[in-house]
This record gives sequence, structure tokens and C-alpha cells, in this order.
Amino acid sequence: MNPRLLPYVLILPVTLFLCLFFLYPFVLVAQQAFSDGSGFTLDNFRDVTSHWKFPISLKNTFLLALAVVPIQLALSLLMATMVNRMKRGRDLILYIWTIPLGISDLAAGIIWLAIFEQSGFLNSMMGGLGLIDSPTNFLSYQSPMMVFVAIMLAEVWRATAIMLVILVAGIGLIPKEYYEAGEVFGATAWQRFLKITLPMLRPSLQTALVLRVILAFEVFAVVQALGGTLFPVLMGETYEYQFTLLNAGAAAAIALIILGISIAFTLIIMRALRVPKGATI
Amino acid sequence: MTIKSTLTGAAIAAALLSTSAAAEVLFWSTQAKPVEEAQAMREQVLSGFAGEVDYQPNDGGPWITRLNAELEAGSGSIGVLGALHGDFSAMDPENLVDLDDLGVSAASDTFNSLAMLGTDNMQYIPWMQASYIMAANREALPYLPDGADINALTYDQLIAWAANVHEATGEPRFGFPAGPNGLKHRFFQGYLYPSYTDGVVRTFASEAAVGAWEAFRELWAHTNPGSTNFSFMQEQLLNGDAWIVFDHTSRLAQAFNDRPDDFVAFPAPAGPTGRGFMPVIAGVAIPATAPDMDEARALVEHMLLPETQIATLRATNFFPVVDVELPDDLPPSVQAAGAAVATMSASPDANPGLLPAGLGDKGGEFNRVFVDTFERIILAGQPIEAVLEDQKETLMRIMEETGAPCWAPDAPSEGACPVE
Amino acid sequence: MTAETTDVAEVGANTRKAGQYVYIAAVVLLCAWVIVPLYFLLINTLSSPEAVNSYPKPFIPEFDLGSLTFFANFAGILTALKNSILVAALTMVMSIAIGAPAGYALSRFEFRGKELFRLLILLTRAFPLPLLALPLAVMFIRVGIDDTIFGLALVHTTLAIPFAVLITFSLFSGIPIELEEAAWTLGCNRLTAFQKVILPLVLPGITASAIFAFVISWNEVFAAAVLTIENRTLTAFLLQNLDTSPLHLKFAGGFILVVPALIFIFAVRKYLFAMWGIANR
Repeated sequence: MNPRLLPYVLILPVTLFLCLFFLYPFVLVAQQAFSDGSGFTLDNFRDVTSHWKFPISLKNTFLLALAVVPIQLALSLLMATMVNRMKRGRDLILYIWTIPLGISDLAAGIIWLAIFEQSGFLNSMMGGLGLIDSPTNFLSYQSPMMVFVAIMLAEVWRATAIMLVILVAGIGLIPKEYYEAGEVFGATAWQRFLKITLPMLRPSLQTALVLRVILAFEVFAVVQALGGTLFPVLMGETYEYQFTLLNAGAAAAIALIILGISIAFTLIIMRALRVPKGATI
Repeated sequence: MTIKSTLTGAAIAAALLSTSAAAEVLFWSTQAKPVEEAQAMREQVLSGFAGEVDYQPNDGGPWITRLNAELEAGSGSIGVLGALHGDFSAMDPENLVDLDDLGVSAASDTFNSLAMLGTDNMQYIPWMQASYIMAANREALPYLPDGADINALTYDQLIAWAANVHEATGEPRFGFPAGPNGLKHRFFQGYLYPSYTDGVVRTFASEAAVGAWEAFRELWAHTNPGSTNFSFMQEQLLNGDAWIVFDHTSRLAQAFNDRPDDFVAFPAPAGPTGRGFMPVIAGVAIPATAPDMDEARALVEHMLLPETQIATLRATNFFPVVDVELPDDLPPSVQAAGAAVATMSASPDANPGLLPAGLGDKGGEFNRVFVDTFERIILAGQPIEAVLEDQKETLMRIMEETGAPCWAPDAPSEGACPVE
Repeated sequence: MTAETTDVAEVGANTRKAGQYVYIAAVVLLCAWVIVPLYFLLINTLSSPEAVNSYPKPFIPEFDLGSLTFFANFAGILTALKNSILVAALTMVMSIAIGAPAGYALSRFEFRGKELFRLLILLTRAFPLPLLALPLAVMFIRVGIDDTIFGLALVHTTLAIPFAVLITFSLFSGIPIELEEAAWTLGCNRLTAFQKVILPLVLPGITASAIFAFVISWNEVFAAAVLTIENRTLTAFLLQNLDTSPLHLKFAGGFILVVPALIFIFAVRKYLFAMWGIANR
């Protein structure tokens, strides 16, 4: 086969598939954002961005992503390297750490609300240890910081495994000789991590980060379960417009704004962690 | 590929693609969603129907998405729709089959005229009704202020009561469904505003409305601050996070059914302009794309039969809309709620309101005006007058765009209801 | 002199020992971090309604099977379970069959439109499915694949493809192209080289993609609720009604949804490390 055609043949199935099941409906929906029934307009964007909640949801979404993603990156790197040097029980430990992957965000919301609510497990535990006399209210409008921390913890718990699995699969591909050579030259564990693991893991890191960041901007179910009405996020506003206000144009407009933000961050990450072709040694 | 594997492949493909053409009527509903209620709908309410019914309760999102998809595609599988008045009024009446010739309707003419959705024909048939009431843990009763009658409370007494409980237990224990799925907007539209301003739209930014929000802010000081996560007050009644609560009758039911002796139900409080309250109406309708019109019509008729209405009451805690003799052995939740609603309607200062009508698909935006006002004044602590003036603009725009005339308790209007 | 060296050796041994303890402690702590919230879910699942609503909460389940029995008797739950598994399995097969070739193309070839193609893949994940559900449902009804397992699997595949493409891409990128080239010089053509050299190496990555595909499909509610009626999946059947259900059923339902996903990940976990030996040569 002509080698110049080969890549196109390989990506043809995905392209056709996505055109049919993603691009086609996407174009239909995106059109709504720019139309008011008669012609082209930017009114939908003006409407949604001028609502008083928009700047708050925008800020919340960004803050949450900025707080959660770096923690998840550090944690998943730590876990992946720990699994990598493990001799016994690797299977089991890795399995336990990937468990949250199987838990939907709705279920995760149920679980973490049971922990943080007033008569929940956290208060029960602190009461049992004699740390508090009466249950405290963690999720109240008076302590927005606590609400934020609760959401953050739940998100770190739920979505770190996504990055972990990708990194573990990638770290397994780094040849052991590199580490052996590093040890011969007296590199400390930390130096080996910085000089061997991180650079060699770049393709996987890029994928993990990009996927995680995109999903972070779409965060919704856990936030709604824990933050209630206190912590509006962009995706919550999208659903509000689409299903409560029945304003499909406005919903599409916010969704496009989220899309724009995601693309911008994706490009930044891809640039920062550029992967050389074929990862030559 | 061998013949055998081809055959297996074909069989699997057939199984995966099968849209079995069963003669079941698909009942696509936003009501009776909790798993136990859905189960009861299937086993007790719909089992009496001559044909087969597939009862599928859904969240609002999937409900409307599927319905719109079928209407747009021009063919569908939904036979009967079950939803709230507000869900139907957001639809184009053209997409609903006129149901006048069925000859069934609610006992209340008001409900029947609401069901016409501004046309001359019945677009849906009222199916069941409910309301919002108050409920309290019996432990809270000793703290009732002196001289207060729990069946004839005023807002001032309610605030004093919540304050007493707060002081005595050290915890704010009034509970309010201000969570994302809570029905808080109905409290403002149907209870607070009518009780303080004798109106909803006209009086939105009036002097009296400022008083109403001031009173609510006082009440909020004794409200469990976790209320912004509460959407079903039965949960907080049961776990003790709240002692005195306001909510939809069916969202309180589990508390009364689980521990009937621990809780009391009572009417909503009264303000300077009476005891405001509002009904909830759910209806059944047939979409224009229903696959089997006759079976669908038969099912709608079945839902209005007296036996079905009583079975529905047991299953969902929604009351009948037709005249029926209620049996004595109803669940505790129904008895408690029924008594509270009856007391509320019969009270001398009753000031019943109606559901918003004529708003079309702006119903959600109308609700959001009240939710936004609440969040800004109470949660964000912004000054009442300024917020009301600001939100008033949005409300005026909605009323002008829809041209919806005033509904009770607002005084009737010529044309669109004005915000004064 | 001798004494000194022993000292140094001892200090070294002590540091290593201390490091070992820190390492083990970290592993245990991270395991607890994942498991404890799930344990709370288990407690609530196995508790009577009274205990679920009580404060303080019990920390040992009382093994009340009432809530689980309720679901066991729930009409149609087994059919829904079967549907969920079928959809997830189809999603897995389709997303890998369609996605992996594209991942290979991305890692091995420079071709015009590559960046655009990558962006298309990512776009898919950055736009909320509930907004796309309406045009998709209209299309499915018109074509006649509405309310079928296959139709729903098509939508779930769209969701899983970005994971399949990007994960396989990052793993192929991590494999030196010299390996393949060596195989070519030894008489393999592109296809056999791929089969004999590359495929074993990327099996962990394929497994990771499979896990993602399964989990994404398993936990997806919205499209399932809109696109299936008689062939409801377990999530559509249960999850969307849970938030309005009494607490004890909410937890039991959440538990029922979590378990099959955990069993699946457990079953395939060893493939995450399948070719460990080869990868580490």
C-alpha cells in the first residue's frame, strides 16, 4: 500500500464515525447558539454572559480545575511510581487504586454527601473520637471554603484513577536499563524520577492531562451533590438553560464557551508537552 | 467466515437491533419517580388496566428530550405523558391531542380550564393534585411561642418558634428545600408573596414585598444553613437535621410513613394579607405521535377512574382530582397531609393562589426570577430593595413577552400582568 | 577505620529501613483513602432505614438486607443488567477496533490535517452529551435504530473513542520506532511487525482503553434514558430515579451500580501489567 495513504486509511473509520455521531448533531446544536429563529445573532452569548451567575460559575469552574488537576497529577504520578517499584501485591494495590474509575459521578456524589452532611460519617467519626460536642455543618453558605474543600476532596478521590491508569500503562514501557544506568552513575531516586521517568512519560502525561482537564471543565454531578446551590459551575448553568429554562440557544452558547476554554487549555498542554515522533531513544 | 458463525452473527445482530412491536402503552412520566413509587404505580395503579402498560418515570431532562425527538421525527413510542401543569404549558398545544371527547375531567373547573393551556380544548386531563405544607418533629412542639395554635400559625409565630428551638438546642433547626432540586420557588410564589403582598407579579417589588423578604431573612437566621443542599425535607426530618420544615406533601411522605408518631403536619403560616397557599397539578396527555391512539385514550380514562385515583393516592401521595369517597385505611402520610391541607383551605384567612398560567415555555425563567432573588438577598446578602428593582426588570420582560394575564391572588389584568 | 565503615553501612541501612516504612505507610494510607468512602457506602447499603437516618452513624454494618432485597425483587432489573453488559461490551469492541488504528497513525506518521484530526477527537469529549441527545434521538428514530442496544452502543462508542485513540496514541509513541524497524529488517512487513512486536507491548494500553470504554458506557445515564425504552440499561433504569428515592434505597441502588464495574476492573486488572516482562526486557 502507498505509505502516504496509510495514515488516512487508519484514521478513516474514526473520522467517519465521529462525523456521523458527533459532528452532525454538534453542528445542529451549535447553530442554535448563533440563531434567534430568524437569523444570525450573538444575543445568546450576550444573555448568558450578562447573567449575574455567569462570572461566579466561571470563576468556580476555573478555581476547582486549578486546585484539583495539579493535586491529581502529583498524586497519580506518585501512585504510578510506587506501583512500578512494587515487588509483591502489585496487582491488588493497583486494583484498589483504580476502583474509583468504576464509580459514576452521580454515585460518587451520593457517597461523599453521606460523609459530609450534618449527620454524616465525618461528624459521627469526630463525635466518636470526642473531637466535637455536636455535629458541625460542613456544607453551609457560611463556610464557602469548607464547601470548596469538600468538593475538591471528592473530585480528587473520584477522578485521580483516570490519570493513574494511563500513567501506569505508560510507565511500564520505560526500559529498566535506563534506571540501572542512572543508579550506576549514582543518581538518587528523585533525580531518576526527574531525569528518566518524567521525560520518558511525556506522551502518557500529555494524554492524561488533556483528558483530565477537559473533564474538569465539565464537572457537575459531584459539585451539585455537595455544593447544592452554593457552588454554581458552568456545566450546571448549561443544564439549567437546557432543561429548566428550555432555552436551547443559551445552553448551546454556554456549552460552546466551555468548549472554547477546553480547546485553549488542550493546545497549551499539547504545546508544553510536545511529543517527538516515534520517541527516539 | 463459516456459515455457522454467519448465522450466529445474524442472530446477534437481530437481537441487538430488535425494536419489538409490543402493544404496550408507554407511559412517559416525570411524576412518581422514586423507585418505590414507580414500583407501586406498576403493581397497584396500572395493573388494573385492561391493556399492557410500560410505566417509565424520568428526570425532566431525558423526559423532554425524548418527547421533543419523537415530535420532531414525526413518529414515536410514547403513548401517554404524565407531568406537571408547568411541563405541559411549556409545550406547543399543537403537539398534544385534544381530549375533550373522552368525557372525563377534574371536579374542579379551575383545574379543567388550566388544562386547556389557553386554547378552547382540553390539552391534558388533570390527573392528581398535591400542595405544600409544613411539618414538624414532635420534639419541637414544646417550644411553640405562647398562645400560638399550630393549625393557625402566623409567620411571626413561626419565626419566634424557630428562634426558640434554635436557642434551646443551640442548633438552627428550621429546614427549607433550597437545594438544587428543591421547590423553593413555589414557597415564594405561592406562600410568602400572597401572604405578605396579596399578589405575586404586580406586587413583586412593592413595599410589602420588602417586608416579606425581611421576614424571610429573619426566619433564615434560624434555618439550618445546610438547607442549600436540601431538596426532600423528609430526609432531614428523619435524620433530625431539621425539626420544622416546609415542603411538597409527597416530599414529606416518607417521614410520616416511617415514623408516624414522631411528626405532625400543619398548615402553612399566615401573613398580613392572609394564609397564602397554592396547589400542584399533574396531568395526563397524549402526544400527537402516540403509536396507538385508542389504547392511549383508554389509559387516560383509566387514570381518572375513582379506584385508580385512590390507588394513585396510596402510591404517590398525590390526591384525587375527581370526587371520590376516601377509604379509612390510607397510609399515615396521606392522612397527615390530607388533614393539614383541609385545615389550610378551610381557614378563615385562606388566600389560595393559582399556578402561574400563560407563561408558555417561560415558566422556568419565571421561577428563576424568584430563585435568583432568594439567592441574592439571602445567600449573597445583597440589599433587598436593590435586588427587587433589578429582578423586576427581568420579570417585566417575561410578562410582556408572554402577555400572560394576572392570576390569583393578583388582581385580574387587561393583557399582560403588570409589575407595579 | 573498620568501625567507621560499619557506622556508615548502619546509617545507610537505617535510612533505607525508614524509607521502606514511609513507603509502606504511604501505600496503606492511599489504599485507605480509596476504600474508606466505599466502606461507608457498604455500611449504608447493609443498614436498615432507621440506621441510615441515625446519628451518630454506625461504623459496622448491621447486615440488614432489606434495601438489597427490594432491588432484587424489582421487576426488570435483570434484563436491565443484561442490557447494560451488552452495551458496554459492544462499546468496548467498537471503540478499540475503530480507535486503535487511529492512535497508531497519530504516533507514527506526519500527515496533513493531523492537528485538526486530534482536535476533532478532543472536541468530542468537550461538549456535553445531553445537548446532543436530541438531534441524535431524532436521527435514530428516523433510521430505525432507536431503542436498540446497538444504537446506544454507537453513542457510547463516540464517548469512548477519544480515550481509545489518545491512550493508544500515547503508548505507541512510547515504543521506539526502531523496534518496528528492526522487525522490518528481519523480514516482517508492517502488519506482521505490528502483530508480533507492537501488539504485545501495547496490550496494557488496550486494556486501559477497554476499562475506560466499559466504565464510560456502564455509567452513562442521559443517552441511555433518552435512547432506550424497552431495552433500558441498568443506569437508566435505576440511577436517574435514585436522587428522589429514600436514603436507604439511594445507597443500595448506588452500591448495585458500583459492584459490576468493580468486578469488571478486577477481572481485567492483570492485563494492565500483562507484558510487564517484555516491556522491561
